[in-house]
Amino acid sequence: MMSPNRIGQSTILLPSRPRIAASAAIAGKKEGEGPLSSDFDAIIEDDLFGEETWEKAESRFQFAAADACIRKAGLTGKQVDIALGGDLLNQIMASAMAARELHIPFLGLYGACSTMAESLCIASMLVDGGYARNALCTVSSHYCSAERQYRFPLEYGCQRPPTAQWTVTGAGSALVSSDDTLPTLCRCTHATIGRIVDMAVKDANNMGAAMAPAAADTLARHFADTGRGYADYDLIITGDLGQVGHDVLLTLMQERGLPLDAARYMDCGLAIFDKEQDVHAGGSGCGCSAVVLNGHIMRRFRERTLHRILFMATGALLSPTSSQQGGTIPGIAHAIVLEADA
Amino acid sequence: MFDKNAKPSPARQQQLDRYSQLVDRLSPKSPMLQGLLRAFWVGGAICCLGQIFIEIGLSWLNMTSTAASTFASTMLVFLTALLTGIGVFDKIGQYAGAGAFVPISGFANAMVSPAMEFRREGMVLGLGAKLFTIAGPVLVWGTSASVVVGILYALFPW
Repeated sequence: MMSPNRIGQSTILLPSRPRIAASAAIAGKKEGEGPLSSDFDAIIEDDLFGEETWEKAESRFQFAAADACIRKAGLTGKQVDIALGGDLLNQIMASAMAARELHIPFLGLYGACSTMAESLCIASMLVDGGYARNALCTVSSHYCSAERQYRFPLEYGCQRPPTAQWTVTGAGSALVSSDDTLPTLCRCTHATIGRIVDMAVKDANNMGAAMAPAAADTLARHFADTGRGYADYDLIITGDLGQVGHDVLLTLMQERGLPLDAARYMDCGLAIFDKEQDVHAGGSGCGCSAVVLNGHIMRRFRERTLHRILFMATGALLSPTSSQQGGTIPGIAHAIVLEADA
Repeated sequence: MFDKNAKPSPARQQQLDRYSQLVDRLSPKSPMLQGLLRAFWVGGAICCLGQIFIEIGLSWLNMTSTAASTFASTMLVFLTALLTGIGVFDKIGQYAGAGAFVPISGFANAMVSPAMEFRREGMVLGLGAKLFTIAGPVLVWGTSASVVVGILYALFPW
């Protein structure tokens, strides 16, 4: 029997249209010097955020975003039924340490840089199904903690190739709710869960190329499932494809016969930094799409300049071990439709 | 993947090859000439600095030529460690690439940067265990290569 809340192969319908009631974005110094600086709730100048280690600092970013989001919704932690969190670190350490301070029932997620979309998909299903009234999604990344885990010590003087991306320091949080007394920034109406697409890219310094085919796959399946097209969306937003992935996605969609209009397409990795900030192909990391969505995009929803968007965060599910063993990079992209009340 | 001998089907292989060409076409390349020029002048400048230390050792500190060379190496290692510690050397490395890390400065940076990074995991399992994460392979294979060359030299001394 077909499940009633599914359409097509892989899209989930959210009939109760859970709202995003509040969002918060906390960004690091470099992100605060970029073009979206005015969209962030706070810009933390100190990379360590007053902590002793990068990991603790990242955790504090995540806690600060979650805490700000709960307060902006006018709630307290006790009124939030479940918190979903994720980050890039081993054993999603930053999320667990932040959740320890939140005292909210916690589900940890790992979707690499796609985690913001993954958490929104799951939270909106939980809320739609009546399993939670208020569900909080918070994800983070930190340049310094990611660098030491995935690449080299921070002060090691090696060159980055022009295809490399810069991990965003920051955390974003969104509260998904069915509580009608809360404000509505936008509503979650459909979620398309991504499947792993691996086009045999091995270069960990070219993650945009590894993720772009997954984004193309999810986008095409979303349109096939829903019968929609680009005209139904003000913006198609990808997480952190960067310059290379952005260009590859445009080409792939062209080849699929679904040419993506660059004017309707935005990549968070390209939006968050200026070209002059020496970030090569653009921003990356869970925090990249998280701060852009919860800062910039939610502001535009609040100002009513957006009606409906497809938010599609992409993840490169590699690990340092898989890279060293010569493995190819599995890419993934999860998409969620966000729509303003008419 | 779980069948060790499985090869992608010809159609799939063709698809992967085509994708790899697409990625190559759309990925910007490292600017070769600029990289070479930067590496040349920075690497050259570091070597000149080393030579200055040697000359100082020889003419002012009354060192033998061996001692003066050691003095120059020590000074370059010290300066790199200092610049790494105050967060400058990684910028030089990013600018100059091999020009900054082929001289002994690169080795110093490869030792000091993990020491700084992993100090937080403690003196034993952090600093102690991870000090050679970058320099380790160079030492292992550099030493091994010198053994091989040494044997060859002993066998064929001419």
